[in-house]
Amino acid sequence: MFKSRKALLFTFLLAALMLVAACTAPAAPAPAAEEGAAAEAPAEEAAPAEGEVIEIEYWQYNFGARVDAMNELIKQFEAENPGIKVIHNSDIPYDNFRDKIAASVPAGVGPDVATLFYGWQTAWIDAGYIVPLPEDAFPPEMVASDFSPMVQASFFDGKLYTLPTAVRTLALFYNKDLMEAAGLDPESPPTTLQELEEQAVQCTVRNGDGYDVFGFVVNPAGQAHHWFREVLLRQFGQQPYSDDYRQVLWNASQGGYDAWNEFLKFETELETGRRDLITEPDDFLAGKVCFHIDGSFRLGTIAKNAPDLNFGVTELPEYNGIKSTFGSYWTHGITTKAAADPARMEASIKFLQFITTPEAGRLWVDMVGELPAQLEAASDPALLADPKLGAFVAGLPYAHSTFFVDESKDRQAIIDAYDGVVLNGADPAEELDFAVQTVQEMLDEFWAGRE
Amino acid sequence: MKLTLHRRQILWAYAFLSVSLVFFVVIRWYPAVLALNISVRDWNVFQGSGPWVGAANFQAIWEDLFKPRSAVRAAFLNTFKYVLLGVPLQLVLALGISLLLMQIRRLSGFFRAAYFIPYVTSFVAVAFVWNWLYAPQAGLINQTLTALGLPTQPFLRSPQQALPSIALVAVWRSLGFAIIIFLAGLQQIPEMYYEAAQIDGANRWQSFWRITLPLLNPVIVYLAVLQTIQFLRMFDLVQNMSTDNAGGPLKSTTTVVLEVYKEGFSSYNMGYAAALTIILFAVILLITLVQMRLLSRRVEY
Repeated sequence: MFKSRKALLFTFLLAALMLVAACTAPAAPAPAAEEGAAAEAPAEEAAPAEGEVIEIEYWQYNFGARVDAMNELIKQFEAENPGIKVIHNSDIPYDNFRDKIAASVPAGVGPDVATLFYGWQTAWIDAGYIVPLPEDAFPPEMVASDFSPMVQASFFDGKLYTLPTAVRTLALFYNKDLMEAAGLDPESPPTTLQELEEQAVQCTVRNGDGYDVFGFVVNPAGQAHHWFREVLLRQFGQQPYSDDYRQVLWNASQGGYDAWNEFLKFETELETGRRDLITEPDDFLAGKVCFHIDGSFRLGTIAKNAPDLNFGVTELPEYNGIKSTFGSYWTHGITTKAAADPARMEASIKFLQFITTPEAGRLWVDMVGELPAQLEAASDPALLADPKLGAFVAGLPYAHSTFFVDESKDRQAIIDAYDGVVLNGADPAEELDFAVQTVQEMLDEFWAGRE
Repeated sequence: MKLTLHRRQILWAYAFLSVSLVFFVVIRWYPAVLALNISVRDWNVFQGSGPWVGAANFQAIWEDLFKPRSAVRAAFLNTFKYVLLGVPLQLVLALGISLLLMQIRRLSGFFRAAYFIPYVTSFVAVAFVWNWLYAPQAGLINQTLTALGLPTQPFLRSPQQALPSIALVAVWRSLGFAIIIFLAGLQQIPEMYYEAAQIDGANRWQSFWRITLPLLNPVIVYLAVLQTIQFLRMFDLVQNMSTDNAGGPLKSTTTVVLEVYKEGFSSYNMGYAAALTIILFAVILLITLVQMRLLSRRVEY
């Protein structure tokens, strides 16, 4: 009797406890975040005495090859800098990475140096996670001359915030067997837009309304929206955005409309394939597509899922004598936590300098397969001669990254404009105008919110 | 204090109920209240806070409703289309199949199981299977059409066909649930009503209209309300069946919940997304109340 009453009480208590625990837990990070922002994290620890070892933390999300490569870099760095110890935290799964950062950095704990996608940079700056890199350690002129031009996307409001070890670019994949079957020379894939058009037409095999072989399909939901913004527009003489990224310029000149028509032409005029009939990139892997635009990251997918595919990779076709490609990258920043303590800041700068050298880039390409961010690599004959990586490396000197306010909405605007033309038969120029208006509104809202 | 046996039993009941109540409070109510709070703020996900902006998020939604090619307007219109297409089809099909199932004796267990299995299958798995069935060129449906000499259809890739194609899968997926409920309802109707009607010379059609349907009314109301709510919250299938640009092509399949998801977790407009959920909640509440009032007539014999 007595026992059961105790058990009863216990059950109620358990319920109450669960309620209390559950209600306070999710609310906790909020006040912590405010405190962190207001108090600027006072330097709790005194500056370390001479000869003492400084510990800094480095964070990245968990991806096998990247973790191994960074472990190797840290080993080398620590050997060179005995006074600094780098703690490598790579246990965080990709999906939780941003949440973890959000929960720790504002509270003054977590990484001193962290790796982020270049597209997240503005959000991280706004949230106050990362600080500008000091100009004496990372001169803007050095970044401009030594790094691929795409790294300019790491500058925000004139200040450099992050720097990458490695980058990715787009290139043209081609199926050698299909080219041969169509009577094309598989060793001379298209080098110009004109050649791409001709070879794609020749490679296409129709089957009633459908296709047995797609010559070339423009799929804005895949990588092709980048091809339009950073490649076609530039080749037709129209830069995609104003230098300060406040204006969308896709339709600012006849060149913009011409680039748009070139983009649509493969489906509407040349009929080398239909976006609504293709599954990307699966159909290329299945050997049903002749030419396909994709990133260096696809090489791994192909090696794993279609090891027998007889394909090659070449640079994106040029036009008007202009070569261009789109690049994107994971980049490293220094957090507000490091900035709060001069000694840790100094150590973090040294570490960041070390992991962004050409040597680090070379180690990275060997271990991870991503391209070195430094232009030096683009003149490395061994890399350029690589039958698969060579075309991507060759793109480094002319690769551009887009500053996105919201990549998925920007992409959606191009997808909708494309579908409007090919599915609903709408006027191409009107569709482009509407896409520009949509993206412009997004930019306006973004910049208005920052003033 | 001395507790009687009865009192102790009641106390135990409350004790157990309180544990599950915690689950409801924490997992259901607390986030709902939180959403209300977020909907009146300019919420920053990264900081987990945001300044009070009053009805600004709601006003933004209102303005977006009238913009050309508005995604929010498309979402609301599509959501209603899913309901208007899906719920009646669901009810008619399920009732028809249940009536047939009542007729058979042999293999009736097998048939019931066969119809119910999709209901216990995950939405995502269902979506993937149907993606293959609907696939252009190589999909099973299009292969069949080709074999029959009929023109192939774009299905999910067409702004006109995509929504009905997805609605059909949603109907198919939860048909089993509606059938089980209908079967339970049908078995509740006493056999003697039908016998009496037969003696009075009523044919089967008349028995159906005068006995089965009126007596099934509570079941129909229950299912109609439940399925309407189900279709109003349409998300999983759309997200997974219009893969390369969720809600497309050309916003033709997007739903309110999908827009909530995209605004909240892809564009990080948490305040806007939360405001949308509040509006959806109000819409669901209103429609449910109207339905219950309109559909539930008391039938007495």
